[in-house]
Amino acid sequence: MDGNLGRPGAIGTATPRVDGRLKVTGEARYASDFPLADPAFAFLATSAIARGRIADIDEGEARAVPGVLDILTFRNIGDAVKRTKLFSDGGYVGSTIMPLGSDRIFHDGQIVAVVLAETFEAAREGAHRLNLSYAPEAPSAGFDSPGAETVAARDVSSTFEDPAVGDAEAALATAAVTVDERYATPTQHHNPIELFTTSCAWSDGKLTVWEPSQNVTGLKYGLAEQLGIEPDNIRVVSPYIGGAFGSRGSLTQRTVLIAVAARRLNRPVKLVAMRYQGFTIATYRAETRHHIKLGADRDGKLVALVHEGEEVTSRPDNYKVAGTDASTRLYACPNVASKVSMVHADRNTPGFMRSPPEVPYLFALESAMDELAIALNINPVELRRRNDTDKEPIKGLPYTSRSLMACFDAAAKSFGWDRRTPQPGSMRDGDWLVGWGCATTMYPTQVAPAAARVTVTPQGSVKVQTAAHDIGTGAYTVVALTAADKLGVPVDKVIVELGDSDLPPAPVAGGSNTTASICNVVAKACEQIRAKIAAAAVGADSVFKGADAATLVLADGHLQGPGGTSEPLDKAVRRVSNGAIEVYAENIPHGAPPDGIAKLYQGHPALAGGAKLKDRIQFAFGAEFVEVRVHALTREVRAPRVVGAFAAGKIVDPTTAKSQLMGGLIWGVSSALHEATEIDRRVARYVNTDLAEYLIPVNADVEVADVILVPEDDRQVNDLGIKGLGELGNVGTNAAVANAVYHATGVRIRELPVRLEKLLDAPVAL
Amino acid sequence: MRPFVYQRAASLADAVEAGSQGAGRLPPTIAAAQYLAGGTTLLDLMKLDVMRPETVVDINGVDPVRRRIERRPDGLRLGAFATMAEAADHADVKRDYPVVAQALDLAASPQLRNMATLGGNVLQRTRCPYFRDQKYSACNKRDPGSGCAALEGVNRKHAVLGVSGSCIATYPGDFAQALVALDALVEIVGPDGGRVMPFEALHREPGETPHIETNLAPGEIIVGFVLPAAAWTRRSVYLKIRDRQSYEFALASAAVALDMADDVVNAARIGLGGVATRPWRAREAEAVLSGGKIDRAVAQRAAEAAFAGARTSGDNQYKRELGKRTLVRALLQAAELSV
Repeated sequence: MDGNLGRPGAIGTATPRVDGRLKVTGEARYASDFPLADPAFAFLATSAIARGRIADIDEGEARAVPGVLDILTFRNIGDAVKRTKLFSDGGYVGSTIMPLGSDRIFHDGQIVAVVLAETFEAAREGAHRLNLSYAPEAPSAGFDSPGAETVAARDVSSTFEDPAVGDAEAALATAAVTVDERYATPTQHHNPIELFTTSCAWSDGKLTVWEPSQNVTGLKYGLAEQLGIEPDNIRVVSPYIGGAFGSRGSLTQRTVLIAVAARRLNRPVKLVAMRYQGFTIATYRAETRHHIKLGADRDGKLVALVHEGEEVTSRPDNYKVAGTDASTRLYACPNVASKVSMVHADRNTPGFMRSPPEVPYLFALESAMDELAIALNINPVELRRRNDTDKEPIKGLPYTSRSLMACFDAAAKSFGWDRRTPQPGSMRDGDWLVGWGCATTMYPTQVAPAAARVTVTPQGSVKVQTAAHDIGTGAYTVVALTAADKLGVPVDKVIVELGDSDLPPAPVAGGSNTTASICNVVAKACEQIRAKIAAAAVGADSVFKGADAATLVLADGHLQGPGGTSEPLDKAVRRVSNGAIEVYAENIPHGAPPDGIAKLYQGHPALAGGAKLKDRIQFAFGAEFVEVRVHALTREVRAPRVVGAFAAGKIVDPTTAKSQLMGGLIWGVSSALHEATEIDRRVARYVNTDLAEYLIPVNADVEVADVILVPEDDRQVNDLGIKGLGELGNVGTNAAVANAVYHATGVRIRELPVRLEKLLDAPVAL
Repeated sequence: MRPFVYQRAASLADAVEAGSQGAGRLPPTIAAAQYLAGGTTLLDLMKLDVMRPETVVDINGVDPVRRRIERRPDGLRLGAFATMAEAADHADVKRDYPVVAQALDLAASPQLRNMATLGGNVLQRTRCPYFRDQKYSACNKRDPGSGCAALEGVNRKHAVLGVSGSCIATYPGDFAQALVALDALVEIVGPDGGRVMPFEALHREPGETPHIETNLAPGEIIVGFVLPAAAWTRRSVYLKIRDRQSYEFALASAAVALDMADDVVNAARIGLGGVATRPWRAREAEAVLSGGKIDRAVAQRAAEAAFAGARTSGDNQYKRELGKRTLVRALLQAAELSV
C-alpha cells in the first residue's frame, strides 16, 4: 500500500484491501466469532414435508437429552413475533411466512422448532430426537405442477408495469428474420461460505444481535417491529461478512426466533445453522422461464422484441424477479412488448441473488441475440453494434453514459475474437472442440440516501463511521480512499467503521449501490471539514490570509493554497478546534424521494436509478467473452478462458473492482455450467443441499479470468461519477457460455445449466 | 449426531475385539460399533444422523507398520492404514501402477486425501441424497424394507449397472475401480483371524439387501491390498468424467489395464465407476478385447458389451452412452491410440 496516498487522486488508485491482513490472519471477527458470556446454543428443526400441517410434536425424547433447556414451537411461542411486511413491499422480511406462526407448513425445510441447549451437540441431538408427525398434502413443486397458480406481476403489484412500446406482434409478422425461442434458468442458492448465524444477548431490555448482514439498519428496525420494542433498544453488529450475495439483505425467520429464545432463557443464545438448512431458511434465486421473440431486418436492426418471463415464488408472497426493465431497454427497437408472471408453488419465498433480474433475463435475451446473429450470418459483436443506442427505446430517455461498444471492442481485441471461425465445431484443438461466445452485460446504476460521520483529529487521523457493509467487496478500502483523497491523509491514517447499526445509517448493501452511496456522502462530509479548515485559514493571520477558501485543498498532510502556500494539517485543524473536527453528513441522490433520509432512519433504503428515473436512464455496461472446450467424445464442458471488459464510471479502487468483476465472471461460468438446486418434484424438496452436491467451480476450473476496465466519465450519475459494479460481472456470462457451447458443438442449450448429457447427441464428427 | 462411546484401540487385536462387541449378526454398515480411521465418511454421516453407532473404535493408534507400502515378491502391498495421499505419492505406485496413482489423485481434495485411509476409502458410502437425508423415509440402505426414493426421484447421478428394484445408489469411490482392474487382493483381519480374498469379491450388489454392502463379517478390518507384480500393470489408466475439473465424484469412470504384446491385447482388465452400485468389473468387455488388436471399432464393441446389461432410471439415461464413451476413451488412451 502506498502510505503516502493522501491527496486528490487517491480515488482511482489501485490499492490493496485495507482489511486484507485482518482477514488472512483470522483476526477479522465475523458475527459468530464474538465471545458471549455463558451462551446457550440453538439448533433448528426443519420440516420434512413441503405442504400440510404438523399433526403432533412429541418433545419427550428431545427434552430428555442431557443439556436441552427448552424447545420453541408454534405451540409455546404465543404472540412473541409480530407480523411485518415483505422487504420488496416496503417492509423488512424476505418471507411473510410467520416464524413458528402456526401448525401450517408452507415449504420444505421450514423452521418448525428451535432446540436450545447447553452445548451445540446437545441441541443438535435434541433436534434429531424431536418426533414430528405431519398431516401432509400434495405439494406443488413449481412450473407445471398441479395446484400451482399463475398471476401476472402487473395484476398484483401497484408499482409494476410491463415495459412496452409500439406494436411488437405486428412488426414480428412482417420482419425479415425472426427468432422465437424459449429459455429457462434453474433454482440457485447463494451459499455464502459463512453460514447463516445469529447470536443474541439481552441486557436491561436492550438487545444486541451479531449476525452477518448486508442491511444492519433494516435488521434493527425490522426486528424491533417483530419484537414490538423500540428500535433504539436494538444494536446489530456485523463488521465482517463472509459473503452475502443478496441472502442477507432482508430478515430471515431465524433472527427473531433467536432473540425470543435469548429473552426466554435470559441468557445469550447462539445459532450457527447447518449448510443444508441455508437452502430453506433464507432466500434463493427463483427458477425462471422465458419466451423471447425477436424480429430484425436483413441488416440486423431489431424491429420487434417480445420478452415474457415466468418465475416461481412461494404461496403467500409475490416476490418478482422482473428483469424486463433491463432486457427491453438494452437495444434500439421501435416495437417492444413484455410480460412478467409469477407462479405460486409450495416453496420458500425466493429473493435477491447477485444481479437478481438481469442474470436470468439477459441469459434469455443474449442467447436469442446470438441465435439472431446466426440466422443473419452476422458477427455477434457487429449485431450488438447495429443495435446500440444512446437512449432507451421504451420512453426515449437518454442513457447518462453508455460504453457498451467500447467494452465489446476492448474485450474482443484482448480475447482474439477476430481469429474466430463462425462455423460450429470448426475450431478444434486435438480431442477438444473449442467454442467462443460473447454477450452483453449490464447493471443499473443505483444510489441511495445515506449518512456518515467523519472525524479528524489534530494529529491528522481520520475516522469514518457509517452503518454500511463490506460483504467482501472492498467497501472499507473505497471509503478509506475517499477520505484520503478529500482530506489529504494517507490511507493507513483512515479508520473506517462499518457494519454497526449504532453508526449513522446506510442503505442495504444491495443493488450495487454501496460505493456510490457511501463514497459520495463521505466525500460530502470531508468537503464540509475542508471548508471549515479553509474558512478558518483564510480569515486568520496565516499564509492563506485573504485567499479564496474554495481554492484551498488538503493534500499530503497539509493545507495547500495558491502560489505554493502550505501549512501542516494539525496547525490548520487547531485553528478550527482544540480537539477534533467532527462532521455528520447526509446525502439524497438524484431521483431519490425527498424523505429518503427519514425512510433510511426507519430502515428502508430508497435506491434510485437504473430504469426507474423520470428524466434519464443510468446503467453500467460490459462485454464478456468465453472460451469453452468440450471433449469430442465424452462431452464434458470446461471454460478455461473468460475475458470481460467493463465501464462503470469512476473506479474508486481498481484492485477491489477487478476482484469483484473477476468473481462475477467466475460466478457467471459457475451459473452456466454448475449451479442448480435440484428438487424432487414429488415432494417439493431439495436434494443437493450441500457444497459437495451443489457445484461451484474449484480452482482447477478457472484458468484465465481477465478483467479490463474501460475508462468512462459520467458526472451525471453522482458527484464522484461512480457506477456500481458489484453485480455487473456475472450478468452476461450465462449467455456467453451457452453461445460458446453452440459454437463448439452446434447444440443450443436454452435450459441451464449446460451439462454434458445435453451434448452427447451433438452431430460433431469425432 | 448422538452420544457414543469412544474407544481408542492400541493394537489391531484390541480393535477387532472392540469392533466385534455386540456385533451379533448385523452387517458392518449398521453395526453398533464402527471403526474410525480418517473419519471422512463416518463422521459426516453421524452428523447427519444417518449413522448412529453406539461405539466408535478409533484405529488410528494401531501399529504404525500398518500404513507401510512395501514391495514384496508377489507385488506391492499397500497398508490399509496408509492415507490416500501417501499412496498416490509413492514412487512405486506411480511408476508401476499408474491407474492407482491416477484414481487416488483424481479423488476428493488434497485435504481429504491427507486424512482418508485406503481401507476406509474403499468402504466409502454412497452419495445418494436419499440415503444421506433422514427426512426421506424411503431408503432401503438406511432403513431396510422402507423402499427406494431414488428409483423415481432425482437420479441423474445414480447407477445403471448392478442395480436392483431396491437400490440404484452409485458406489462413489475411484481407488476401488483401479483395484478391480488390477486383480488386486484384499487382506482382512477379524475375530476369527486373517484372510485374503480377491478385492473384486469384497463388495456386493444391492439385490434385496442394499444395506449389506460388502462381504466383510462383523468386526472385520481391512488391513492391506496387494497389487500384482506384473509388467502389464504399467499400461494402465484411470479416466474420470465429471461435472467439474476437480473435487467431484465421477459421472462415469473407467480403470483400464492392458496386457499387450506388440499391438495385440493378451488380456484386458476393466473396472467401471460412477455408473455402478459397486466397483464394477466389466468382464464382457474384456472378453471382446482379449486376443485381438485394438482400435476404435473394437473398443466400441467392448463398450457395448460392458453396458449391454445397463438399466437406467430416468435422469441417468445418458449414463449408458456416457459410460460407453468413457470406456472407449480410456481404452484408446491405454493403448496409446488417438480418440
